[in-house]
Amino acid sequence: MAQLTFAAAINDALRIALTIDPRVICYGLGTDDPKGVFGTTAGLQAQFGAERVFDMPTAENAMTGIGVGAALYGLRPVLTHQRLDFALLSLDQIVNNAAKWHFMFGGRRAVPLTIRMIMGRGWGQGPTHSQNLQAWFAHIPGLKVVMPATAGDAKGLLLSAIFDDNPVIFLEHRWLHNLKGEVAEGDVRVPLGRAQRLRRGDAITIVAMSTMTAEALHAVDFLADHGVAADLIDLRSIRPLDWDMIAASVKRTGRLLVLDTGSLTGSVAGEIVAGIAERGWNDLQAAPRRLAVPDFPEATSPALTRTYHVRAEQIVDAVAAMLQRPIDSAPLAARRTHPHDVPGAWFTGPF
Amino acid sequence: MSARPDAGVSRDLLYHLKRIRRVELEIARRYPEGAMRCPVHLSVGQEAVAAAVAVTLRREDLAVSGHRAHAHYLGKGGDLTAMIAEIYGKATGCSGGKGGSMHLIDEAAGFMGSTAIVGGTIPVGVGLALGMKQTGTDQISCIFLGDGAIEAGVFYESLNFAVLKRLPVLFVCENNLYSVYTPLAKRQPAGRCIADVAAAIGARTASGDGNDVEQVWSLMTDAVAALRAGSGPWFLELATYRWLEHCGPFYDNDIGYRSEAEFRAWQARDPVACHQARLIERGVIDAAMVARLDADIDGEVAQAFAAAEAAPFPEPGAAFTDLYAGP
Ligand SMILES: Cc1ncc(C[n+]2csc(CCOP(=O)(O)OP(=O)(O)O)c2C)c(N)n1
Ligand SMILES: [Mg+2]
Repeated sequence: MAQLTFAAAINDALRIALTIDPRVICYGLGTDDPKGVFGTTAGLQAQFGAERVFDMPTAENAMTGIGVGAALYGLRPVLTHQRLDFALLSLDQIVNNAAKWHFMFGGRRAVPLTIRMIMGRGWGQGPTHSQNLQAWFAHIPGLKVVMPATAGDAKGLLLSAIFDDNPVIFLEHRWLHNLKGEVAEGDVRVPLGRAQRLRRGDAITIVAMSTMTAEALHAVDFLADHGVAADLIDLRSIRPLDWDMIAASVKRTGRLLVLDTGSLTGSVAGEIVAGIAERGWNDLQAAPRRLAVPDFPEATSPALTRTYHVRAEQIVDAVAAMLQRPIDSAPLAARRTHPHDVPGAWFTGPF
Repeated sequence: MSARPDAGVSRDLLYHLKRIRRVELEIARRYPEGAMRCPVHLSVGQEAVAAAVAVTLRREDLAVSGHRAHAHYLGKGGDLTAMIAEIYGKATGCSGGKGGSMHLIDEAAGFMGSTAIVGGTIPVGVGLALGMKQTGTDQISCIFLGDGAIEAGVFYESLNFAVLKRLPVLFVCENNLYSVYTPLAKRQPAGRCIADVAAAIGARTASGDGNDVEQVWSLMTDAVAALRAGSGPWFLELATYRWLEHCGPFYDNDIGYRSEAEFRAWQARDPVACHQARLIERGVIDAAMVARLDADIDGEVAQAFAAAEAAPFPEPGAAFTDLYAGP
């Protein structure tokens, strides 16, 4: 085990994949530039050569279709977008080709393509550099969607994604890149489709993903100090979804709160609430709840984003309301030491 | 080709060059204070193209741009204070604080919007021109784009349609050799002239020195005259160079994607200094006039920043407005 940042863990996964399988290629805007996509692709071209690790023209749609073709030929391409919002230019290739190919040709050939998309937030990323569209991708049959929250999972899930025979959308949050965590050495994979319980408790089930898991950890530990033991499930995979773990937890707790980094309407959180309502109606002792981003784009001005994202204190408030138990969340809010629009003091803009 | 601009126009060009430079440098100087909390893509070194637009297009002509749009907005006549306020995230900003540096608008000046997705406004500019054609005005739609944007499929689709319909579109391509940290050589075949690509699709084209504001003015003046006479789309490729980092306030020649020597060679062809020296040599201006011009611009820029800083932030509730038009 090593302590690595989330970004270094991704770099480690790419390095391992490129080492153990000559079919792996890694490309995308800025892949070999001095910043190396926030450090995630740093050093890879020097080690594996410009044939396998390369920059590309500003042509997201074509470069995705080219990834599909390369995958059909037998390569295992990993395409990276510095923002998910840029990948929207490639929806046609993702949805009509990558996701459909195996199905529409009667299972003749798979598309082992991994597409990394980085999601921004804060520091004026604004309406077109901050979208969390996991629900869109999860809505498309034929795609797998993963959303790691920890450095260890980032590495393990990326390796699984690359060696999965299907197109996988790998959603990584910019705010997680500098977070450190335990990362297993070598080719250690985290299976797709399996959630992970990060805290155990019987009072309520909290389901989260990506940065919401980090936010939930603060809330759950604060709740524990106030005598409320929550079950915290980090989804890790959005599709396939680990229904078994969520349903079993709700069976025990009788309460479900789902957190989402995307907009409320049509969210993954909504899908989970619906699925649990169908599967475990009789287990529920209270109406399930969702906490997600409002149904508005993220504005640029810091004055307009103060209450936009779900915060730990809101999670505490929601749990308190669902348990009908007064808990003052103000001390938790007061612990935050850096401005609301940056992940930490280390971030001074611009991107 | 149009002769060089008369003394009045060449002085106006100097004013716009200096004003854009001053604004961009002031943003760079103050950015580390941490009060402009959004990505900024500055145009220091690339002022000549926008300055030429300032004296070539009419107010009722329309323009759209991309992520690096401060100069274009100012060149098209956009309100300076509203732009600075927008970058500061203030209620008085041109987009009410919702858009920031990458989403500028001043409809009164014909600046219809700049957006952050590369190539995103190219078809929008063509659509504006479609409207012009259908209403029979003699307006022009100006689309600012970079050398990176011509790699996007939407550029080809849009240009094809503009040519097909003979729309009054002026494509103004600032070729600054880079897309972020990626040089042209890694993105397009060696020896390509971007204007030739546009010509092959059927646009009328011209290429020139994007750091020589009089040359840009001359090419643009001819293109605009032809456009108003119904020529159909024009594509201007103007060679220039960004001095500061791709995004942010600092110099970044040290990080390894371009050489200090290359930067210095371009800096020696500073569009502002070269034009100023030329006008002094011609006797069109003198040192005292330059000093007055600088002082005026300093005053205007200082006032805009002071107003932006003093302006209120939007009410928190404003985050949840403007989603739809109408009730
Ligand atoms: C579709 C899309 N892909 C990638 C980006 C990231 N990006 C922002 S600016 C930029 C450079 C574009 O280069 P160019 O068009 O030459 O403009 P310049 O920055 O040189 O002015 C890129 C790739 C983006 N904003 N949108
Ligand atoms: Mg460029």
